[in-house]
Amino acid sequence: MKRYSVFAIAKEALNYHMGWEKAWASPAPKKEYDAIIVGAGGHGLATAYYLGKNHGITNVAIIEKGWLGGGNTGRNTTIIRSNYLQDSSAAIYEKARSLYETMSQDLNYNVMFSPRGLLMLAQTHHEIRGYQRTAHANALQGVATEWISPAKVKELVPIINIDGPRYPVLGALYQARGGTARHDAVAWGYARACSAMGMDIIQQCEVKGVKTEGGVVKGVETSKGYIGCKKLGIVVAGHSGQLADMAGFRLPVEAVALQALVSEPIKPCMDVVVMANTVHGYMSQSDKGEMVIGGGTDGFNNFTQRGSFHHIEETLRALIETFPIISRLKMLRQWGGIVDMTGDRSPIISKTPVGNCFINCGWGTGGFKAIPGSGWAMAELVAKGEPGPLAEDFNMWRFKEGQFIDESVAAGVAH
Amino acid sequence: MLILECPYCGVKAEETELSPGYEAHLKRFGPGSSDEEFEAYMFARKNPKGVHFERWRHVYGCGKWFLAARDTNTLEVFGTYPAQSSEPPADLQDKIKAKRPDWKGYK
Ligand SMILES: Cc1cc2nc3c(=O)[nH]c(=O)nc-3n(C[C@H](O)[C@H](O)[C@H](O)COP(=O)(O)OP(=O)(O)OC[C@H]3O[C@@H](n4cnc5c(N)ncnc54)[C@H](O)[C@@H]3O)c2cc1C
Ligand SMILES: [Zn+2]
Repeated sequence: MKRYSVFAIAKEALNYHMGWEKAWASPAPKKEYDAIIVGAGGHGLATAYYLGKNHGITNVAIIEKGWLGGGNTGRNTTIIRSNYLQDSSAAIYEKARSLYETMSQDLNYNVMFSPRGLLMLAQTHHEIRGYQRTAHANALQGVATEWISPAKVKELVPIINIDGPRYPVLGALYQARGGTARHDAVAWGYARACSAMGMDIIQQCEVKGVKTEGGVVKGVETSKGYIGCKKLGIVVAGHSGQLADMAGFRLPVEAVALQALVSEPIKPCMDVVVMANTVHGYMSQSDKGEMVIGGGTDGFNNFTQRGSFHHIEETLRALIETFPIISRLKMLRQWGGIVDMTGDRSPIISKTPVGNCFINCGWGTGGFKAIPGSGWAMAELVAKGEPGPLAEDFNMWRFKEGQFIDESVAAGVAH
Repeated sequence: MLILECPYCGVKAEETELSPGYEAHLKRFGPGSSDEEFEAYMFARKNPKGVHFERWRHVYGCGKWFLAARDTNTLEVFGTYPAQSSEPPADLQDKIKAKRPDWKGYK
């Protein structure tokens, strides 16, 4: 792999930029691998990357039915934060956030991580109490967040209307090192690094069956034929239930649509990320100048990557009161992704009832921020066969035990 | 946009007139049941990519709960029926079978 650098750009410029090599190879599948990861979204690719980097396992295939990063990883609003309430969440999300800080250097790929600061607005008295509690919890967890006043919110976000009347801004939970990153670049950067370690990224290849023998996984049936493996990691977000079904177990996960939209580009007007959970609205400004807006989930099971229009309407109706400046913006694009929701709104990184078969899912509406931490934890689980400290609380049996990692407090949303 | 016909008042209601209620025909387990049964009832809901039976409420109409058969992969609605049904009506099941020959059937 050639390194990307300012010198490489200068050198390639002399060649009219005709000499750049492909970022990753597209080989035909081998007969067998030490580990197969199903799903080339951010979480699958990060899992493969840390399998190689942290555990020296590089005879790995990442199998993707579409194109890499074409699932939720390429459909989200790219918010990165770690201001969660529960200790297990704080640990994995803060691990992820801290890995984002150095990801561009680590991968030699510019993922445009922008820790521009993030505010979660309190617009009801219930939220004030909730976020003050979270700020205290974060202080104990070593996650830098603070509770700030409406006046400070106005200072950070001059375009905001804090007076309501219907949705007044009563304060906010502020994480100065939260922010955004370029979602595609995260997938592409990991893919390039995996390919450079000798791993096979196999796109346009759908897994259609999981072969087991005596309760232990042996390989997968795919649209490109049978591929054997010693270990299998399932990392397919919205399709986790389908893959679990193929392997012969059931998951506490439901698939629903979540939508987002972007406006026409305008001049820079907001240099922080603002989340308004009461109204299910989230907004940041992209480097191109578009206002990036995320909405709420639909209330019914759905695999169509298309959400209901009235959710967009509800989100915008509320955001217009808080950000009067956007009321005349034209919206350019709107899309949906299928998110995998668990009962406590926390993910699953777990062994399964099938031997040597591991699952990483349930990131729901908020897993982009977690990609590096999740990959780190999942790689350890796949490599050692047992979860490490980051993953152990996120096992799939916690529902039976009643040991929830309850992050649904903030109106059941968590981006 | 989903349009479901309320089996009570016969109104073809658009989604904003309705409120979704997730999986239909749930068997409820409570005190005295095994941990597995209780967990399955509480959390391991059916999540098929295809034919699905759901509860909906005609919340801005007659206010009653009813049940619907829908394809989660295409949003096609096969039909709706009253909530007082312990399983989908036979003619609705036949209709779904005809449209989705590889459907494994209700259960
Ligand atoms: C509109 C929207 C906004 C969001 N906003 C945010 C946000 O601001 N911040 C945040 O942190 N998170 C956000 N999220 C959530 C985040 O996008 C996801 O949690 C995260 O991207 C999940 O990554 P993944 O790698 O698990 O899944 P994906 O990126 O979906 O990857 C799974 C892959 O598995 C593949 N696959 C499925 N079935 C098969 C099969 N049978 N064989 C082979 N491959 C298969 C799919 O094609 C897909 O590429 C948002 C999500 C949406 C939809
Ligand atoms: Zn009615």
